[in-house]
Amino acid sequence: MKGMTVIVKTIASWVKVLIFLFGIYIIITGHLTPGGGFAGGVIIASSYVLLMLAFGREFVEENLPLGAASRLDCVGALMFAAIAVLGITTGGVFFTNFLYQKYLPGKALELVSAGSIPLSNIAIGLKVGASLFLIILVLSIFCQDYRCKGNVCEIPGGKEKENN
Amino acid sequence: MLYSLCFLLFMIGLYCAVVKKNMVKIVLGILVMEYAVNLFLIMLGYRAGGVAPIVSKEDIVEAGGTLSSMFVAKSVDPLPQALVLTAIVISLGSLALMISICIRTYEKYETFDITEIRSLKG
Amino acid sequence: MAILYILMLFILIAAFIAVETKFLLSSVICIGAIGFGASIMFLFLRAPDIAITQIVVEVLGLIILIRATISRDLTFISGDREFFGVVVSLVIVFVIFLAGIHVFDDSLPEFGSPVFAETEGAASQTYIKDGMKKTGAANLVASVILDFRAYDTLGEATVLFTSIIGATVVLRRKSKKLLEEIDK
Repeated sequence: MKGMTVIVKTIASWVKVLIFLFGIYIIITGHLTPGGGFAGGVIIASSYVLLMLAFGREFVEENLPLGAASRLDCVGALMFAAIAVLGITTGGVFFTNFLYQKYLPGKALELVSAGSIPLSNIAIGLKVGASLFLIILVLSIFCQDYRCKGNVCEIPGGKEKENN
Repeated sequence: MLYSLCFLLFMIGLYCAVVKKNMVKIVLGILVMEYAVNLFLIMLGYRAGGVAPIVSKEDIVEAGGTLSSMFVAKSVDPLPQALVLTAIVISLGSLALMISICIRTYEKYETFDITEIRSLKG
Repeated sequence: MAILYILMLFILIAAFIAVETKFLLSSVICIGAIGFGASIMFLFLRAPDIAITQIVVEVLGLIILIRATISRDLTFISGDREFFGVVVSLVIVFVIFLAGIHVFDDSLPEFGSPVFAETEGAASQTYIKDGMKKTGAANLVASVILDFRAYDTLGEATVLFTSIIGATVVLRRKSKKLLEEIDK
């Protein structure tokens, strides 16, 4: 997957920051306006996909690491499970909204309200964004145009490469 | 009448998933079926002349959080929307898995045609 | 209400083209058109959350599909299965569609009157009336997926996790050095 021209690369590196900021906004005010964790997570993933499409495969292999994305994915899932288990330890059932019912009610229609719902939104957004970025990264790195016969793969039109 | 058109969309997807020989076309048929089901669920919860289920400042009657009866009588159903929200994201995950299986099969057999793959037998 | 019929007609035409055309790239673009029409329909059906999610997921799905089809040089395969099979499938699909018209238009409640939100004591009535008082969230859909029905969200996170792990495992190649070490 080759990169694109200089114009596209410059604009993409500016626009990526704005898309990322918009995704964070949709996650954080998920309990007041339409949006929530799922839509915001997908928007964050698509900001990195823009970077991947504009700069090509070699840049991606050096600078956007696979290990960090998969670790962020696990952190998001564990955070969501931890919020659920904390509902039991503070007296109640699994997944109780313990912050709203015991500690921090907050006022309606403000940013700090609705208890543990914004925290769950952040966990889900992290998890969905990291998962989708991981799958598109894997599709672009692992999937060069090989033709395989047995254990030996070669790219048609040239070099032979071992099964790596 | 709109429900029947949704069902027609589902039948088009089913026909494509059953009859076609190209593997990617089968995946596209499954995807069309998923779109039809999501549309049908949201149509079930629609109220004629309704508003979206988001509370704004004018709908709160007292400080305890009680909502005005006009909002309760006019808002659409939020339950099907919650179910469809997770279904859309799950359909993306399953699309990724199906396409990765198609890509690997193409690398091994060099064709997308399922009748030829069946006759090759490993 | 007329706008809903027009959008539904657009979606049906795009679906028909996606199924019948010979070129894979045209099919993928028509799937994009179906998703776009569905997102606008969700806006008219008063579901802004779903519209945002649908359009963004649509874009990523198109990227995945085009990545799979554009660099494979075999982009069309001629013909379907044999003629008898196609005719039998069409007849069965038509019969099921006729039965479906009877179920969907006569037995379901009329379009525009949600049954769950109007019955007293049903689940949706409770979510609308007491949703803000019991959870404090202004977005009722967020309060449903993250407080009243948070277990379903946990299940969704698990399914997404599993499918991404499965796709990563399918696409990976074992290194030759690892295979040699296992053989020894």
